Amino acid sequence: MGRKLLLEHINVPGINTFDVYRQKGGYRAVEKALKTLAPADIVEEVKKSGLRGRGGAGFPTGMKWSFLAKPEGVARYLVCNADESEPGTFKDRYLMTYIPHALIEGMIVSSFALGANTSYIYVRGEMMPQIRILEKAIAEAKAAGFLGKNILGTGYDLELYVQPGGGAYICGEETALLESLEGKRGNPRIKPPFPAIAGLYGCPTVVNNVESIAAVVPIINDGGEEYAKIGVGRSTGTKLISAGGNLRKPGVYEIDLGLSAEEFLYSDEYCGGIANGKRLKAVVAGGSSVPILPANLFLKTVNGEARLMSYESLADGGFVSGTMLGSGGFIAYDEDQCIVRNTWNFARFYHHESCGQCSPCREGTGWMEKVLHRLEYGHGKMSDIDLLVDVSKKIEGNTICPLGDAAAWPVASAIRHFRDEFEWHVTHAGEATTHNFGLAHYADPLPKKEESVA
Amino acid sequence: MLRVEDTTQQHEPVTFSAELTAKFADIVSRYPQGKQKSALLPILHLVQAEYGWLSVPAMDNVAAFLEILPIEVYEVATFYTMYFMRPQGKYVLEVCRTGPCEIVGAGKIMDYIENKLGVKEGEVTADGLFSWRGVECLAACGYAPVLQIGPEYTFYENLTEQSVDQLIGDLKAKAKN
Repeated sequence: MGRKLLLEHINVPGINTFDVYRQKGGYRAVEKALKTLAPADIVEEVKKSGLRGRGGAGFPTGMKWSFLAKPEGVARYLVCNADESEPGTFKDRYLMTYIPHALIEGMIVSSFALGANTSYIYVRGEMMPQIRILEKAIAEAKAAGFLGKNILGTGYDLELYVQPGGGAYICGEETALLESLEGKRGNPRIKPPFPAIAGLYGCPTVVNNVESIAAVVPIINDGGEEYAKIGVGRSTGTKLISAGGNLRKPGVYEIDLGLSAEEFLYSDEYCGGIANGKRLKAVVAGGSSVPILPANLFLKTVNGEARLMSYESLADGGFVSGTMLGSGGFIAYDEDQCIVRNTWNFARFYHHESCGQCSPCREGTGWMEKVLHRLEYGHGKMSDIDLLVDVSKKIEGNTICPLGDAAAWPVASAIRHFRDEFEWHVTHAGEATTHNFGLAHYADPLPKKEESVA
Repeated sequence: MLRVEDTTQQHEPVTFSAELTAKFADIVSRYPQGKQKSALLPILHLVQAEYGWLSVPAMDNVAAFLEILPIEVYEVATFYTMYFMRPQGKYVLEVCRTGPCEIVGAGKIMDYIENKLGVKEGEVTADGLFSWRGVECLAACGYAPVLQIGPEYTFYENLTEQSVDQLIGDLKAKAKN
């Protein structure tokens, strides 16, 4: 049974209100931070915790904070990235919906640590219900003296606002988010300068994911060292995994990093296995942008070791036989799912969401979508498969922001692991759109304990 | 290029109410002095909630209010997918069609909605009540398939043909009252 640091009280009736959240020990971290700790102490605790950014990149949060420039007389900003739009990822929506004060409390502690007096939570525009929930929570916190002027009599001032986006996945990229927050198109900026030097309105800015900011609360309450005791190696603490696809029990789960992939997928405490008595064919472990893995490689590394839900274990083998933890957006595919169709679907997504600023991404994502469409609908040629690999290589690493990589990896990895399924679509063009042939040799054989890595 | 597809309706003059303008001013107060352009996205949401879409005169008025150029409003409004550049149905059903929703039947739900409403994606029903479209990931993959309806962006999860029937029936009844 894993620890629950973020979701401990998620089932308590009324936990979305200030009063109940407070009764359950909420806002202790604000009192402790503002009354007993210096900002530098908080940064130090976050460093000790080993917390890595929960939005997908996994960069150490404390280190990111320590890069923040601190020139005198210049405003500093904390911006929460709640532009959750990565296919497979829905943990931040869950957190904001059911326990919004966890985010508000984290924003106050983090803003104090960074010396920010105005902070923004940039929420994707489609999440209007969550925006209303957060605005109500902010009003409650302010009425109780935890926001506004002279918080708890400590002399610290903080205004916190919610900013709606306009519907653009690219705004989850931190510099595109800042452009959007400034009222512009969400075109990513060239880095450097990084936001820590020149971010919102040209001022030093930290952009953190919802889950990262919420995790600061237990880190301050219990200490960074306690937090770092959870997990495995450099994957410390707990992580929210949002699980969807063909699962018996899809949903958001808080796990100790280092939980075995097999336990997460099959145990009743978490996903409960594959729905409808089917077998597992493939997994996307960290949101649509990370490489897809066939069942056998997801459950065990090529060395035969049990795969763990951690940054390092999922990355074991690099992109040849591994993947990434990413945002924790977990998608399971049963044996009937068509990998070509899924890859086309993701390619369409990235083409739709490319901001169009860089030619390789603007042109390449559309090209991949077209080629995958013709393969899926029975008009493809065998040479199309290598063409896709070629185009994906020419996008990867050649764009201002990581959206190009995010578009390339699903295509490249699907062909790497499921090439014969792409070839099948060419040789069986007339049957290609039945979508349910499911090449069984990829599937995790039942009983699941006996699988071996091919 | 500005995606204005219905030229017959775009030139009707628009005057924002005092109540709406007061909301704009409240939003502007969230940003440092001189950074009022930050209010653009939230204000466009309010304008669209009021009028159902963003006409050129409405966008010009927003530009005047924020003291920015009209082109600065057009380029933002046309970049983001939530802003409509032409009139829509009173209720716009937005069905998620990406990855996890697709593999548990989003495509069939979209086909069902198309047949039930009798209009293609992006078109408006004759009574003006409905339009529908497929949208990219709505970040609710564990509850798939899902759809949302603006301007409140009410969410409907685990869709079935029966739940779509119920939803559309309820909206028709609501529109009559």
